[in-house]
Amino acid sequence: MRYIARRLFFYAVAAFVALTVNFFIPRAIPGNAVEAIMSKYPNLQPGAEKALEAMLGVGHPGSIWHQYWQYLGDVVHFNFGTDLIQFPAKVSTILAAALPWTIVLVGVSTVIAFFLGTALGILAGWRNGGWSDNSLAPLMFLQSLPYFFLALVLIDVFAIKLGWLPAGQGFDGSVTTPGWSLSFISNAAQHAILPALTIVVTNVAGWMLTMRNVMITTVSEDYVLAAQAKGLANRRVVITYAARNAILPQLSGFANALGFVVSGAIVMEIVFAYPGIGQWLINAVSSNDYPLMQAIFLVITFAVLLANLLVDLVYIAVDPRARTRSTR
Amino acid sequence: MSAGTATGFWPAEPGDIQSPASDRGELAMEAIALRKEFKIGRRQSLTAARDVSFNLYRGAVIALVGESGSGKSTVARLLAGQETLTSGRVTLDGKPVDLASRGHFRAYKSQVQLVFQDPFSSLNPVHTVRYHLARPVRLHQHKTSSADVEAELGSLMEQVRLTPADQFLAKYPHELSGGQRQRVSFARALAAHPSVLLADEPVSMLDVSIRLEMLNLLDELRNNFKLALLYITHDIASARYFADEVLVMYAGEIVERGSAEQVTQQPAHPYTQLLVSSAPDPDNLGSILKTGGKRGANNAETPGRIVSACPFHPRCPFAEQKCRDERPPLMRVSATRGAACWRLDVAAPDVVAAGAGPDGH
Amino acid sequence: MSVVMPAATEPTATAGKVARRGYWKRLPLKAKVGAAILAFFILVAIIGPSIAPFNPSYQNPSLNASLEGPNAVHLLGTTQSGQDVFSQLLSGIRLTMVLALIVGAAASFLSVVVGVTAAFLGGLWDEVLSLFTNVVLVLPSLPLLVVFLGYLPQSGQTPTIVVLSALSWPWGARVIRAQTLAIRNRDFVAASRETGERSWRVVMFDIVPNEISLIAANFVNTVLYAIGASVALAFIGVADLNSWSLGTMLYWAQSQDALHLGAWWWFVPPGLAVALMGTGLGLLNFGIDELGNPRLRDASTARRFGLRWRPGEPTPVATGPRAGRRLPDRAPAAMRSAAPMPPAVEEGAR
Repeated sequence: MRYIARRLFFYAVAAFVALTVNFFIPRAIPGNAVEAIMSKYPNLQPGAEKALEAMLGVGHPGSIWHQYWQYLGDVVHFNFGTDLIQFPAKVSTILAAALPWTIVLVGVSTVIAFFLGTALGILAGWRNGGWSDNSLAPLMFLQSLPYFFLALVLIDVFAIKLGWLPAGQGFDGSVTTPGWSLSFISNAAQHAILPALTIVVTNVAGWMLTMRNVMITTVSEDYVLAAQAKGLANRRVVITYAARNAILPQLSGFANALGFVVSGAIVMEIVFAYPGIGQWLINAVSSNDYPLMQAIFLVITFAVLLANLLVDLVYIAVDPRARTRSTR
Repeated sequence: MSAGTATGFWPAEPGDIQSPASDRGELAMEAIALRKEFKIGRRQSLTAARDVSFNLYRGAVIALVGESGSGKSTVARLLAGQETLTSGRVTLDGKPVDLASRGHFRAYKSQVQLVFQDPFSSLNPVHTVRYHLARPVRLHQHKTSSADVEAELGSLMEQVRLTPADQFLAKYPHELSGGQRQRVSFARALAAHPSVLLADEPVSMLDVSIRLEMLNLLDELRNNFKLALLYITHDIASARYFADEVLVMYAGEIVERGSAEQVTQQPAHPYTQLLVSSAPDPDNLGSILKTGGKRGANNAETPGRIVSACPFHPRCPFAEQKCRDERPPLMRVSATRGAACWRLDVAAPDVVAAGAGPDGH
Repeated sequence: MSVVMPAATEPTATAGKVARRGYWKRLPLKAKVGAAILAFFILVAIIGPSIAPFNPSYQNPSLNASLEGPNAVHLLGTTQSGQDVFSQLLSGIRLTMVLALIVGAAASFLSVVVGVTAAFLGGLWDEVLSLFTNVVLVLPSLPLLVVFLGYLPQSGQTPTIVVLSALSWPWGARVIRAQTLAIRNRDFVAASRETGERSWRVVMFDIVPNEISLIAANFVNTVLYAIGASVALAFIGVADLNSWSLGTMLYWAQSQDALHLGAWWWFVPPGLAVALMGTGLGLLNFGIDELGNPRLRDASTARRFGLRWRPGEPTPVATGPRAGRRLPDRAPAAMRSAAPMPPAVEEGAR
């Protein structure tokens, strides 16, 4: 229990840091940069202009602590202000529309990649020294390809040349409309195949390699030898004894890699013009839509923290030692 | 004080018990009522060493014998300055030791050196033997010219019998055997020209076949340099072979002391008797015990937790109520022997009788 | 009376020399291939722009020069606006390489300082530094990078370098901290104190030298990460677009729809370059890993001798006339391995 409390405290600190950084960045820019930013919007509506000024700390509306406090309150109420470009649309509305796309695509693909990679890694670690070793170089190559590169190639082959799958977008607006209809879901699923495939292929190699390394070390432990000596079937030894222990560092690695997964997803959405929050983030950056940019940053960060927390809980469930650990 | 006159032994006052080693040379180091407590968790503390007192004399070997967890390594680290005392004090050459400042620590290290137990991890794998020895030579002997340092290195290697010196100086630890590494450790300690050498189980991790050789080497070094040697071991048989005085530690306390011959041939404290009887020694070391006497079950317990009782009472065949109620102090048995036990008259009647004889008071 | 050397050890007279000079020979094949690839790219980075036939920004106004495939004049064809892809590639390799190496060095330095300090000082320092490390680690880097760079004026590579360095050190710091904790408790550190060494000397000369392979692996990893991150950042248009890095090339290729226009020579070369650099670094890293962790190495080396390693068996040692010269010397047990990204975190460090 103390373990969970420690982790919660940690995530609280991290969230707090993210919030504070988010708050202070725009206010920390040198004055001439602020002017440069403001000058990009000659035609802002007064309400938006005021909001932007407040965010950049221009004109000192109230003490900074007062602003900070207000900012925290706003965040808690999911009030991210109004969008600059699409004024007066609220940022939270835009986010609410975009979030599900990203979560479904990225969540599902990442989980698939993790399990597939881990399974392959278990196999490679168990049968070490054979094909797995020779496949290291090609896997390394696959992993080093900029992930969007693979996306471009896949689009080129499957969408343009072969025409089997759509080249981008979340769904085809001319064919179906958003809603819980079967046609929409199947259309969306069709559009999701290429992005998902890209995410899986580029991530699998990494999981497989780490799992392989951990398995190799685990498999040479004495208790595996003892299990084999007991006469247990190979598969049982692999899964129940070796993999069960090797999965622990792998899980930790998963938690750590969540940040990278998110980054990859952002780029993926651009290449496929997928209507998720990654796409919106880049749009916000290129159109200097600061409120939206900051809100997305917060949302992504909190999502990652939450995911980390979930993995921690899974870790406790899987590792009996973590449960009984009372001191650090 | 008179409580045991009828029985021939009584609680010892400080200075009552003379060390048999005192005539070997001058007093090098005094350990007085050393005590070390470690904090574990929030409320509990573990007393690793309690009221440990003894002297070291130049040219003499004092053996500190005990099982794992008895606190003997802690005592060594306390004397070496690697741990701080909870209470008690240490004097070196009559002067009190204060290690608060770095300068004092360095000067202290020039006098008192500790040799570690594990030859495989006490040498840094990325450095050559030459580096390991050159550092203390430069630090403690203040030799700056490389010619001087080389000469000193050569002489050190000869002392520990690792010749040809050049060949060994260039080696890395993983290229040496366990015995060779331990010799390097000795050389490293000697490079500081210490007057006191604390050897923490120097041969325990070496092959049995070379232990004798290494002990002989230690003996020789002790003679050549008039070292005050503290020999820590769990093997009481080697203590008999090697030491002038033997101190037996159990659960952080000294439970018996006396000359090596006496303690190992006629152990007084029930724990020492247990140690001696379980030491495989063809000399029939424990012959005196094979006649009569109950044996306690040999189940180990975690020392350091019992507060006001004899720490050995759960395992002691002679334990009675008094042993469970009150911790026995070190009892003076003769001029040079002491044992911390309430029931010495029952546990070792011959010893008590001998002590009350002509060489007694 | 000299001591007789035990006969079972390797030829001792030369073993010391082998330990130092044979280091290169001992590196596994993977590492050598990786190093070779890397050396090639570093060479290109150094001399590349000097041998480039054109200025990368030069736009050939002739209509035919737009989107030409590879030919004699333009080795890798031209872009939409008539720029020479080959020249851009050479310039890009240098820029990306330099950026990645600087970030790698800076972040590695930070990792070592933070990791070693936290582990060596322990106590409250350790708690605070570890908390700081973990917080920076858990925050997702790309969104943070995007937000930072979104505000900073786009001028040159410096913002990218600074921001990447500031965000990529934590993982290495964790690994190094764990390793330092393990080493700190070893006898030779206490023995060093016994000799009277000062604390900073104990850290610099006793602890850190035992972590060299770990630090090297960490450096390689960080460079790898920096390449990928800088390319991604440029690709999405956040980083400076005025200088020709590989990411910039891909950005323009994407925005000019090179894909749909079939101009493969525009986006394949930079992508390949990035992938090859990454592969080289990754292989090098694996090699360093195997050097430090004999089990990984012996399993693949044993295969060369036709031994099949089965789990549960002790790691095989080849015997026979060729064995003594081919099998590498066992590295000191003190060296541990670093896992490639994504990291496998050691237990006990949480």
